[in-house]
Amino acid sequence: MTVQTPDPTLDPVPGAGPAAQPVPPLLENWHYFTRSRGAVVGLGVFMALVAIAVLAPWIAPHDPAMQYRDALLVPPAWTAGGREAFLFGTDAVGRDILSRMMHGARFSLLIGLVVVTIALASGIIVGLVAGYVGGRTDALIMRLMDIILAFPSLLLALVLVAILGPGLFNAMLAIALVLQPHFARLTRGAVLAEKSREYVTAASVAGAGHLRLMFFTILPNCLGPLIVQATLSFSSAILDAAALGFLGMGAQPPTPEWGTMLAEAREFISSAWWVVTMPGLAILATVLSINLIGDGLRDTLDPKLKRS
Amino acid sequence: MALLEIRNLTVSFETAAGRFHAVQGLDLAVDSGEVLAVVGESGSGKSVAMLAVMGLLPDTATVSADAMLFHGRDLMSLSPRQRRRLAGRDMAMIFQEPIASLNPCFTVGFQIEETLKRHTGLDAAGRRRRAVELLDAVGIPEPAQRLSSFPHQMSGGQCQRVMIAIATACTPKLLIADEPTTALDVTIQKQILDLLLRLQLEHGMALVLITHDMGVVAETADRVVVQYRGRKMEDADVLSLFENPQNPYTRALLSALPENAVGGRLPTVAAAGGWETRP
Amino acid sequence: MSGATMSGAGMSDEGGRAAGEVPVLETRGVVRDYESGGVFGSKRTVRALKGVDLSVRRGDTLAIVGESGCGKSTLARIITMIDAPTGGEVLIEGQKVDIARGISRQMRRKVQIVFQNPYGSLNPRQKIGDVLGEPLKLNTALPAAERRERAMQMLLRVGLGPEHFNRYPHMFSGGQRQRIAIARALMVNPEILVLDEPVSALDLSVQAQILNLLQDLQDEFNLTYVFISHDLSVVRHVADDVMVMQTGEVVEYRSRDAIFAGPQHPYTKMLFSATPRIDPARIRERLAAKASAKAAAAARTKDAAGSAAGNVSDGSVSGGAGAAPA
Repeated sequence: MTVQTPDPTLDPVPGAGPAAQPVPPLLENWHYFTRSRGAVVGLGVFMALVAIAVLAPWIAPHDPAMQYRDALLVPPAWTAGGREAFLFGTDAVGRDILSRMMHGARFSLLIGLVVVTIALASGIIVGLVAGYVGGRTDALIMRLMDIILAFPSLLLALVLVAILGPGLFNAMLAIALVLQPHFARLTRGAVLAEKSREYVTAASVAGAGHLRLMFFTILPNCLGPLIVQATLSFSSAILDAAALGFLGMGAQPPTPEWGTMLAEAREFISSAWWVVTMPGLAILATVLSINLIGDGLRDTLDPKLKRS
Repeated sequence: MALLEIRNLTVSFETAAGRFHAVQGLDLAVDSGEVLAVVGESGSGKSVAMLAVMGLLPDTATVSADAMLFHGRDLMSLSPRQRRRLAGRDMAMIFQEPIASLNPCFTVGFQIEETLKRHTGLDAAGRRRRAVELLDAVGIPEPAQRLSSFPHQMSGGQCQRVMIAIATACTPKLLIADEPTTALDVTIQKQILDLLLRLQLEHGMALVLITHDMGVVAETADRVVVQYRGRKMEDADVLSLFENPQNPYTRALLSALPENAVGGRLPTVAAAGGWETRP
Repeated sequence: MSGATMSGAGMSDEGGRAAGEVPVLETRGVVRDYESGGVFGSKRTVRALKGVDLSVRRGDTLAIVGESGCGKSTLARIITMIDAPTGGEVLIEGQKVDIARGISRQMRRKVQIVFQNPYGSLNPRQKIGDVLGEPLKLNTALPAAERRERAMQMLLRVGLGPEHFNRYPHMFSGGQRQRIAIARALMVNPEILVLDEPVSALDLSVQAQILNLLQDLQDEFNLTYVFISHDLSVVRHVADDVMVMQTGEVVEYRSRDAIFAGPQHPYTKMLFSATPRIDPARIRERLAAKASAKAAAAARTKDAAGSAAGNVSDGSVSGGAGAAPA
């Protein structure tokens, strides 16, 4: 029979009892987010894009609408025939592509923001009501969402824009409507999972009414997957707006929106590659960085991956 | 020679808050045919120590020991392949949540036969026969039909019996049971514990029973190890432990049992830090 | 002690109380059905509660014991007015409660509940101070400062510290969370506290602390407890009356002392005998039986091998040498 007497000099168990230094949740999330190098790179690129968009009127070398008649289709500065004044060259009517891209960043980010905001807000409300109320209301709402999802998204957006009339704002509205069912579905699923949890019952027993339960008790616990979906929808929105612009149904020329720039450059794909490639690369960089951020967020917010 | 011998086992994890020692300097020995109960509260490291023996800890864990010998063989020096052959055949483990421990996508029969395929040389018909034998041995009625049931179609108690069947399929020398009855009703608990003891006697297995329930310890164990915060507090045969506990932590634990309440209040085991300074 | 009959209707009084005092909680013939099966299958009705009568006096603790599926949690939810019974009546302080017709704020405050799982019963996104302040916000017109003050007082009362006020639930251990859950339940000064296996998920040492706390609170606030548990030793420690349930029915309902002195119903007897007990005499018996079984088995192998020439390598005929076979 042996007896072990505890040695007071051995290190005590950390984390036992109330945490000595509780890590605020935001800091804790940042710690997990920075573990993924891709996510951090994505964040850096995105921040740079935001900076460019915000500062575009001041840092763009030229006025995006200014047409230089003596510099039509000038190739990029580092190739033969290029001019230092136009780093990425000029387009068919002599506008500096770099300046247009910088101003275009404003549009793309604006599109992403507006679309995601509209889709998120409406999707959350729809999904909350469906998940919380249940029964026939739920069935009705979800069938409606299924119908929207059954259409090819771009086609549906196109039809909506055709009805509403071409233009940037209508394009954003149409894309938001098409993206909304994803949020509704996610919210509904999360609400269904959280609805039967005991803390919701406890709040109800404490006297919380339906609205309070929906928005203040349940919704904050469903945000994880919604945030991730929001970042991915951001990039979807930019792509769809670019596609609509490419088809002439989105932002109208001379707006320097990247998709519209691609549309105008259609005929020069083989003869003046830089007019098409540069906006295309801009779209690529933006969407990629946002997707990397989204992946990083998903890893951060997924409790199963957390190492406590 | 003890069947399982552990000397100075230390297991630590890397966490966001620094290095966490789940087990510190643990010495443990189990003989053939013996029932050892490992008792402790949450955070005592009782499960982690046994998972280290089975080689089931994640990569974030660092395991070190002066010796970890099973049947004379040093477990730490085995290659992963040799380790896997040992675990499952000579050492087996069952866990707390029976329904969650079984793969929900496959039938019970498939999962039993999977183990047999891995560790025995039986052909398909032989495996099937053995599976039926095993289900019968653990007390499942109509074993032949039950082979094609899915875990969610069975009760918790039945799933635990299936787990025991899988664990004993290759008549292991050591069976580790990690809180096998905590999630079960008390009447089912009695049946499962009786089953474990019966099998243990029949096959001459050593049984390590991890639990937090002192009543279960009293009714099943030969010897008891009490753990607290990763360290061993007491190691005694079951009778001595209950009649004459030596370690103050054990004494406090026993006095905190509701059945030992004196007057209206229960004496409480001192909270964090109390045991680091008591002699 | 009260001598409740098995039907539970009307309790004879001992002690100094006036006969005919209204029990603080009473149920009469409570029935609860669940429907399963749906569009494609035939609808099946499962009767989770088959007519439950109970009666609890102010300041007492009624323990409800049973295994999974007996309906105790269903009954708890009905008493707490979370779900409505399919049939029967629930009376709180003599007043009938009918969920279908709405429950007044005042009535709602009278019964509160503490759940089993300390990890699910607190909103992960709510700070503790808000968790405790919310019941006051929803039920009273107190200003924010006063709510905060009361929340802090209750937090200290259950044994936590002021530094915990602004923390999130995941920073606390299971025992601490149960304290918070108890504090939350008491914020609105209920008459009845339903405790659904409050200590089952806790370690033994923490369990003792929580049980002591509950006892202190019951004395201080004159609370009535409905204590659900499957652990008979805990029940024996806390209960005044015990109600044993099996598949939706009450099989035995007597005072604690009476039941533990001698259970009457076969199911109760089975529960008692299946519960593991710490009894050195039993331990001795068990060890002796095991030793003799081992010796008998060893003797058999020895006999079997003895006919073949050669020694028996397994020399572990330990313990009872020459012990009689079991």
